[in-house]
Amino acid sequence: MRITAIVNGERRQADDVWPGESLLYVLRERLGLPGSKNACEQGECGSCTVYLDGVPVCACLVAAGQAQGRSIVTVEGLAPGGVLHPVQQAFLDAGAVQCGFCTPGLIVAAHDLLARNPAPADLEIREALAGNLCRCTGYEKILDAVRLAANRTHGAD
Amino acid sequence: MRFLQPATWADALAIKAETPDAVPIAGGTDVMVELNFDARRPAALLDLTRVAELADWTADNGQVRLGAGVSYARVITELGGRLPGLAMAARTIGSPQIRNRGTVGGNLGTASPAGDCHPALLAGGAEIEVVSVRGRRIIPAAEFYTGVKRNAMEPDELIAAVHIPLPSGPEQFSKIGTRNAMVIAVAAFSLALHPDRNEVGTGIGSAAPTPRPAAEAGRFLAAALTEAGLWESRGELPDSVGERFASLVRAAAEPIDDVRGTATYRLHALAVMARRTLSWAWQDYQRAGRRAGSEGG
Repeated sequence: MRITAIVNGERRQADDVWPGESLLYVLRERLGLPGSKNACEQGECGSCTVYLDGVPVCACLVAAGQAQGRSIVTVEGLAPGGVLHPVQQAFLDAGAVQCGFCTPGLIVAAHDLLARNPAPADLEIREALAGNLCRCTGYEKILDAVRLAANRTHGAD
Repeated sequence: MRFLQPATWADALAIKAETPDAVPIAGGTDVMVELNFDARRPAALLDLTRVAELADWTADNGQVRLGAGVSYARVITELGGRLPGLAMAARTIGSPQIRNRGTVGGNLGTASPAGDCHPALLAGGAEIEVVSVRGRRIIPAAEFYTGVKRNAMEPDELIAAVHIPLPSGPEQFSKIGTRNAMVIAVAAFSLALHPDRNEVGTGIGSAAPTPRPAAEAGRFLAAALTEAGLWESRGELPDSVGERFASLVRAAAEPIDDVRGTATYRLHALAVMARRTLSWAWQDYQRAGRRAGSEGG
């Protein structure tokens, strides 16, 4: 089947999509967007988190056909023209990246949190990131990064 | 495999009648896992996310009609005040990403004994509205779960909605797992006090082949409250009542040993959760009585 969707603001098309295929597979293998990571394939790890019509979801749990005509934003879409989003810059500056595998999903989840709640309390950060696993560092620097991004964007007001 | 994507409810029912082995998919949080792991290769997927009729809820005649396609996230944000027991259960599900996609209708379609909504639906006296081209059936939650991941639906039927009475008293939910997020329940329990009819609703999760009510425990508690005049007085609940209620809840369960826990642990946990939810709900009931009293005075 053919899938057409708006991906990171551009109309994209994928052909010969198997009907049982996930949106994650389409993004990575057919559209050349490897930012969203493929790890657990069961919604446990959050590494494949993308926006689907503005709502963060695990791309591995969206059937490709369900994305037909929808708008998708991946981690690549958060840095148009290669200019890092403040959340991405904060992850770098806080040392919240080690192997980097969980990072794209965490960036999208943190991006969504700060869009909804520019000055989250620690418990709200933890709740918002509860669906994203990191197996390298523990989570302290990731929490630091979210606080840093919140301070830089909200604290600057 | 075919991908069938009806735009209307009438089309969805017609497709299900023609293709009864098509697997309905909404949030995909169960179906896609099976596909990703090669555990299932259905002849067709029936995508219900374009059917507008499933995507909303209404409240009237003393009940909420919750469309099968409403996400857990919306149950929490839009129905937390009206349906506190179901919203509490929904808050314990998965992660934000999962709650953005998963639906109560999907939980019912999968009918896992560990599904988090089921105890709350049982305690709240919910009814499931299932529809086919042949007509409509309303199935009480207590009759809906028929076996491990089996429900009372016919192959040509789809879940349209869940009808949940607006509660007349407090509701509580408790779930045991190894962490707060992303956990399949080791055991769960839901309690609803129904002072409008002096009844008590209960629901047990992950501790029997199906979600099930602890019917005898509910009858015992309702009668004990009636005999002691506690529905009206909202006085202190004797410890003995809580103990007896907990032991009857425990007796209603039929758990197994599995990777998440042992049967012995589940029985113990259920008794603890029964006692705790009762004490929480009773405190809620007493507080609500004091509030009403001060407003009335």
